[in-house]
This record gives sequence, C-alpha cells and structure tokens, in this order.
Amino acid sequence: MASLSNFIRISDTVWEISTSYKEGMRVPARIYATEKLLEEMDDGVIDQVTNVATLPGILKYAYCMPDGHWGYGFPIGGVAAMDPKSGVISPGGIGFDVNCGMRLVLTNLTFDEVQPHLKGLVDKLFQRVPAGVGSTGFIKISQSEFRRVVELGARWCIENGYGWREDLERTEENGCIAGADASKVSNKAVERGFKQIGTLGSGNHYLEIQVARPEHIYNAELARAFGITLPNQVALMFHCGSRGFGHQVATDYLQLFLKVMEKKYGIRILDRELACAPFHSKEGQDYFAAMKCAVNMSFANRQVILHRVREVFSDFFHKDPAELGLHQVYDVAHNTAKLERHEVDGEIREVLVHRKGATRAFGPGNPELPEMYRKTGQPVILGGSMETGSYLLAGVEGGAQTFFSTAHGSGRSMSRRQAKKKFQGKKLQEDMEQRGIYVRTVSYSGLAEEAGPAYKNIDDVVAATERAGISKPVVRFIPIGNVKG
Amino acid sequence: MPYEYLDDIATSDAAFRAWGDSLEELFGAAAEATMNVMVGDLETIAPTISRIIRVEADAIDMLLFELLQELIFYKDAERLLLRVSDLQINQEGDRFFLSAEARGEELDMEKHDLVVDVKAVTLHRYRVEQTPQGWEAMVILDI
Repeated sequence: MASLSNFIRISDTVWEISTSYKEGMRVPARIYATEKLLEEMDDGVIDQVTNVATLPGILKYAYCMPDGHWGYGFPIGGVAAMDPKSGVISPGGIGFDVNCGMRLVLTNLTFDEVQPHLKGLVDKLFQRVPAGVGSTGFIKISQSEFRRVVELGARWCIENGYGWREDLERTEENGCIAGADASKVSNKAVERGFKQIGTLGSGNHYLEIQVARPEHIYNAELARAFGITLPNQVALMFHCGSRGFGHQVATDYLQLFLKVMEKKYGIRILDRELACAPFHSKEGQDYFAAMKCAVNMSFANRQVILHRVREVFSDFFHKDPAELGLHQVYDVAHNTAKLERHEVDGEIREVLVHRKGATRAFGPGNPELPEMYRKTGQPVILGGSMETGSYLLAGVEGGAQTFFSTAHGSGRSMSRRQAKKKFQGKKLQEDMEQRGIYVRTVSYSGLAEEAGPAYKNIDDVVAATERAGISKPVVRFIPIGNVKG
Repeated sequence: MPYEYLDDIATSDAAFRAWGDSLEELFGAAAEATMNVMVGDLETIAPTISRIIRVEADAIDMLLFELLQELIFYKDAERLLLRVSDLQINQEGDRFFLSAEARGEELDMEKHDLVVDVKAVTLHRYRVEQTPQGWEAMVILDI
C-alpha cells in the first residue's frame, strides 16, 4: 500500500513525487487520486510511474490516473507525453493489447421492454459474439485481405456492410488511424489475428446490457446531447482489443527495441518492459506504423461486434436496428500512443501521448472532435466491474493538466489469484442472477477473477477525476446482462 | 509441479515462479505454468497433434521468452493447446538454441477447462537464473 510520506500534496486529488525520489527521474510523477484511493494503491504503481519519469523526452510529469494499479512497464493508468524530437516511443507504455477500448451503443428501448427478453438476448449475444481463450470470429478473409483491414480499420467494415457510416465519426480517429502500414507487421502477427475479428477475447473483456436510471443522470443536458433521453433507457457497452494480432505486434517490437536501445541509441532503462526507441528512429517509426495497424484492428473488431449486436436486437424485436435506435455514442481507445497537439510551456505543439489503461478526454472545442460533440466535450466511457456499474463522462477544459487524459475503468484492487480464492464462479453467477444481472461465461474461474470486489469503487474513481477537473460524470449505467469473455 | 503462481504481483496479470534441476527441466516447467493459466487441467489435453518448435536467442532468458511466445502463438494461430516434451537446449558461441516437440490438440470449450487468454510474456521483473539447486525463472504473463 502506498505511503503518503512519499508524496507532496498538490491538491486533495493530485499527489506529486519529486525527482529526488529516484535517480534518473527527468520530471516529477503525479498520481491523480483521492487520499483513500492513493492509500489503497499498491507500491508497484509508485515504482512504475517513477520509472516512466526517467524516459528520454518526457514532458511535464509522468502521470497515473485514479484507477491505476501495478502493471508491467508503465502502471495501468499511466500517461506520459514525449517530445517527438527528443523523446522515445515504448510498447510498455501502450500495452500488448493495443487499443483495447470501450464502445457504447444506445437503444430506444426501456428496461421494462427489454427485461422480459433479457435471458434470450444475452444467450443470443453469447452465441453470436465469440468469447474466451483463442476464440475466432465469423469473418473469413485471407491474410492479405486482413492486411487491408489493419490499414483501414472500421472503414473496411463499413465498406463490407458491417456497420453504418455514422459509426465512424463516433469513433476516435474516425475508426481508422492514419499512417498504419501493414508492411511493418510480421506474418506471425497476421497469422495470430486474421481469424479473430469480431471476438471479445477473455480476462476483463465483456459485452454488457445496461440501464440508465433517472436517478443516475448527473448532467441532464449532456445526457440528452449524448442520446440518453428516456427514463430507464437500455444501452450496450463492450470492452475488447486488438486480440492476438496486437499482442504479437507489441511483442515483436519489444524484442527489437531491446536489441537496439542501448547498443545503437545508448538509452538505459530501469525495467526491460520499458524498452523503447527514439520516436524518430527507423525502429521507432516502424513500431509507430505497426502499432497503428493494431489500433485499426481493434476498431474493426469492435465495429464487427457492434454489427452483431444490431443483428441480434433486430432479430429479437423483429425491427430494423435503426428503428431500435441502435446508435453508437462513442468508441474510446485505452492503450495507444498518438501524436496530438497540446499546450506545453505556453505554446501549442505536437507531442506523443502514451496512454496505457487511460482514456483520451478532449474538452469542448477541440477540433479533433466530431461536430456533434464539439460543444459537449468528448464522451468518455468508463467500464466498471460486471457487478457494480459503469459511467459515461465528458471531457472538460481542465483536462489540459493531464494532456486531456482520464481514467479508463474501476481498476483492479485484488489480484486474479486472490479473487479466484475468494469467489466461486458458479455461485457468483447465481448470486448475480438473483440481483437481476444475467451473466453468461465461457469460464467460471475466469468469472470469479472478475468479481465486483476485485475492483476499486468506480464511484470513487469518477469522483476523483471530477474533483481533479479532468472529466465530469454524465450518466451511471447499471448492468442487467453480461457476456463475459 | 515445479512451478507456483504468485498472488500479489502485477494485479491484473499472472505471475509465476518455475524451477528445475536443469535448464531443460526449468523450461518445461515454465511452459506448463504458462499453459496452466489458460487451461485449468492440463491432463485434458490429448497429445494427438505434434509441432516441432525451434527457437534461438542471444541470451538464455530470451530463449525461454521465445519458447513461451511460441506456445501463445499456436494457441491463437492454430487454436492449439500444446505441451512441450523432448526439450534440448544448446549453446554455440554466444547464441542459444532450443528444439522441442510440442504435442496437444485443438482447443475445445466443452472438453478443456479454459480459464483466461495469455496475451504475452512481459519482461517486467522477468528473470532466468542459476541457483544452488539448479535453475529458476520468474515470469509475469499479460492477461
């Protein structure tokens, strides 16, 4: 557990560790958390966020968001902006599951309309959206076509009939990050991923049916602007990433960077998982282009899952998906490095922002946002545990202090092993059903690992981001059905 | 079982310590530990399909990294659950070479007690080292 004596209190939600804490720190580290969340954070976070502070070219601070916990390389919840001229890019600052992220979709159905069909709907979703170890999807394409998918992202899906054009502008980077180059990706990565489009994977990945109760609307105006207009409106939220393809891209470049980092570029690091290369080096640029392919694979993956969700609802209610109001609110990426324009020392300049288990949260007026969200600020989707609930937030102007980054979920507080010892999957499923949450899973022990108490309290996490002024709550969603990966 | 899972390291991932009298024994144990994260009971994997694994690296720890990555690769690329046998490790100059036979079968949700996908081998706190008793490794797998 973190000891407060290591920190300088900047405010009641911002805690700083000075550069004197560890040799080689180029900037201080800042953890965003309430005192309670900070005290509950494991020591691994402090060690890792201060390691990040030693990376060449890091600007302002090495950050950790309120849902932060011990990861590998960066902590989960880690954010670091690098100077593209003098700084590095690090796969350990992005994660193996590149662009693991969240998508939120609305319906115009209410809880009362969905509840009688809930089991049937969840069963059907469970059948149509494959989950679990090594799962494969329904899209059968060649490896060369898959190379097109990873360059085009969700745009490939729309061209092939798996979605609506409007979905693209409601996705970060319009569902296709520019500069993805499939020639920078190994055959191994393609072989691992080309059959996996439209699959959830496992671990903390899921697809959930949720309800926005009237008492959980915290900002009525923004809720309306984001499409939440009915009492007890039903929504769907899902969390997944770039599957084996992204994992292999990260692994390939981690190995390459280890070979060149010190020998060729003279960079020394404190944890091999922070292996990196100068952003402007050949290796750095190759990784950036390959990583973008993984970003696009993930957008395509979530786009195809959305297509399946629309099919299932349409079949079930015998209505066109558009009649059921199955509009996407937004799709956010958690694990990325992106070139963005931010203010540094009073000057707007391009910086490379690494976010690992953190969400971009642009405030109102940001030109990167689609017209429909230019005034509201970016929708930010925070996935909570399957028992407790999730949030829709909005980006705010104050986000400039963290390079417009905020939390990404609840954040684990208990290890997977501990959770498995404490909870029993089958019993948990039964208990949840009694509480009105119907869960289907491919793995009961996997389910036990995801029990609600294994996570921090999401209300505390959201409150910390609001009090720190980096995002604000709009709606809280309560789970009623869950397909667990 | 010459491996044990570690409870309190890297909250959302899976950490283990594996050991053996020889390098070959250690590598075999680490391979089992990795597969056991994904499959609850390794004895349910029937040895009906075989793959020859050959990897090389310029350090012994990275040789283990390569072996574990191969198992993760086959799980996604061919949906194969594999158990490693007949491991042989050689050193030539400053390079290390491994060959092994891996036997198993295609994963089957009904038959295998599938737990959770391993995404990758991380290098956080990663180590392979000689001890007075033999060899030991510490590995954190990304879940």
